[in-house]
Amino acid sequence: MAQVRFSNIGKTYPNGFEALKPTDFEIQQGEFAVLVGPSGCGKSTLLRMVAGLEEITSGELSIAGRIVNAIDPADRDIAMVFQNYALYPHMSVRKNIGYGLKNRGLPKTEIARKVDEAAALLNLGDHLDSKPSQLSGGQRQRVAMGRAIVRDPALFLFDEPLSNLDAKLRHQMRIEIKALQRRLGVTSVYVTHDQVEAMTMADRIIVMNAGRIEQIGTPAEVYHEPASTFVASFMGAPPMNLMRTRAEAGQLHLNGGALCETEHEGEVVVGVRPEDFLPDPDGAISMQVDIVEELGGHRLLHGQIGDDTVTVHVSNEFAAETGPLDLSVKPGAVCVFDAEEGHRI
Amino acid sequence: MRKPKLSTVTDHAVLIAGSLFMMLPLLMILQMTTIPDTEIIQTGPTLQIGDQFDDNLEKAMLQASGFSGENTGMSMLKNSFILGIGFAVGKIVIGMTAAYAIVYFRLRFATLAFWLIFTTLLLPLEVRILPSYEVVQRLGMLNTYQGLIIPLIASATATFFFRQFFRSVPEELVEAARIDGAGPVKFFVDILVPLSKTMIAAMFIIMFVYGWNQYLWPTMITTDEDMYTLVRGIKQIVQVLEGAVVPEFGRSNMLAVVAVIPPVLVVVFFQSWFVKGLTESDK
Repeated sequence: MAQVRFSNIGKTYPNGFEALKPTDFEIQQGEFAVLVGPSGCGKSTLLRMVAGLEEITSGELSIAGRIVNAIDPADRDIAMVFQNYALYPHMSVRKNIGYGLKNRGLPKTEIARKVDEAAALLNLGDHLDSKPSQLSGGQRQRVAMGRAIVRDPALFLFDEPLSNLDAKLRHQMRIEIKALQRRLGVTSVYVTHDQVEAMTMADRIIVMNAGRIEQIGTPAEVYHEPASTFVASFMGAPPMNLMRTRAEAGQLHLNGGALCETEHEGEVVVGVRPEDFLPDPDGAISMQVDIVEELGGHRLLHGQIGDDTVTVHVSNEFAAETGPLDLSVKPGAVCVFDAEEGHRI
Repeated sequence: MRKPKLSTVTDHAVLIAGSLFMMLPLLMILQMTTIPDTEIIQTGPTLQIGDQFDDNLEKAMLQASGFSGENTGMSMLKNSFILGIGFAVGKIVIGMTAAYAIVYFRLRFATLAFWLIFTTLLLPLEVRILPSYEVVQRLGMLNTYQGLIIPLIASATATFFFRQFFRSVPEELVEAARIDGAGPVKFFVDILVPLSKTMIAAMFIIMFVYGWNQYLWPTMITTDEDMYTLVRGIKQIVQVLEGAVVPEFGRSNMLAVVAVIPPVLVVVFFQSWFVKGLTESDK
């Protein structure tokens, strides 16, 4: 069952700026959907439209089978976790978590029970009487999560919740959030600009660019079969190598070497993931390695193939040196894009 | 022991000189409450501490002066408190609600309204005292506390301070409260007022002292002696300067001391909040 359905949802600001082009898609019950894209791509606008904090200027939005365009945020049966946590600084953790329930007129004993449950789930039991200012960043994040889960909503919304944490904590919270979502089985929409977060947490990724959805797919689909050069270059670190070349007589060439067979003709852009290049003494593609980046578990070779800058991922067992290197490409690993429009062909 | 630096010494010298400059007149008044009025007439302020303090205190606080016999120190003190607190609370309530409307509601002319309020800073009470008096008189509010307080509480200063403060409250907090189901009133009472605590305290000090020290307006509005405030009453006592009657210096000085104490206490009590309110906020 579709938990959230976007029918032709669009957003145009009064000054005529189109923040979100009309969009159609669905998020399934229990799914963890991640909206990812560079800043200004409209992902936060879309999330805020779901929350009801931003007006929907065209189309219809339904949550759990109910059209919510005109419904107040408080009555949409959603909960939201904000980037800066947005905890009420003057309230204790207990009150912060229980505030939404109190406003809904639940009896005190019921609120206390639910707050205790949520706190136990989030390991906040010892901090219930602290003020947010006495907590660490990770704990504040948990309180914000607590405020969301205590309401038992139909939909969780996350607006870049981890971007204020340091890298180590972010990694840990990523796993915690994902595990919690699995456990509660609540449909979630998560906004981030960090593609690693998107890849690791999502059931489905929605890649956005300039107010438009570029691709919707599982992390593997988005990674291995990007729908456009934008997705190819945005997802993955380091990103997919994109090289302009020509297809002639059913064959793609790269810097003089044969790359693979193709049905296309003429000018195209080919994309190859860094790890899909293999060092191969018999390989047809020659690369000029300029820099070897040592990362312990693996190495990244930065250099040129013809005029294109490329990055190649090799294992730490491969003794990499600067200078010329012959490469081959894993079979089936080449993506071909339209040279003009950038979409996949 | 650390050798004191020259700059430390000069800093302290300046501070001590400054406090003496502020304190000496007060100490002189305090001294004059302890000696008989005739001695003040004869010698002026001296360093001698007399034994009239209790007498003067009793006279100032409990004995009535004037015709009706109703303006004792106690009743004047009460009136001053009503004016000071009513003035401060009224200004804060009006300022906060006005700022709340201007900042959080999409009103068509909110900015215009704000600047209109702001320009009233150019029109202090003294400029519009005659029309204000007329309005109060026509409403039949002469010699009432309402007449004393209400015309003074519309405040551009408080509105301005609260507006600036509200604008610095993160937008996300407002949104979180909306999602948590807090309507406009709940948001104001549950979130905004507690957040403004230090700001309110700072405003209270400023406004209380300002209201307490009002002189011109109470003089115009209150003619009944039982409505006199302290600041006004002091003047009334020294005024009986005619012929051979010795002005009651001891008594009026005592009233002056009494008039100084509450603002000092308010400042002392609220000062840590005061500094916090003007310099930081716990958002």
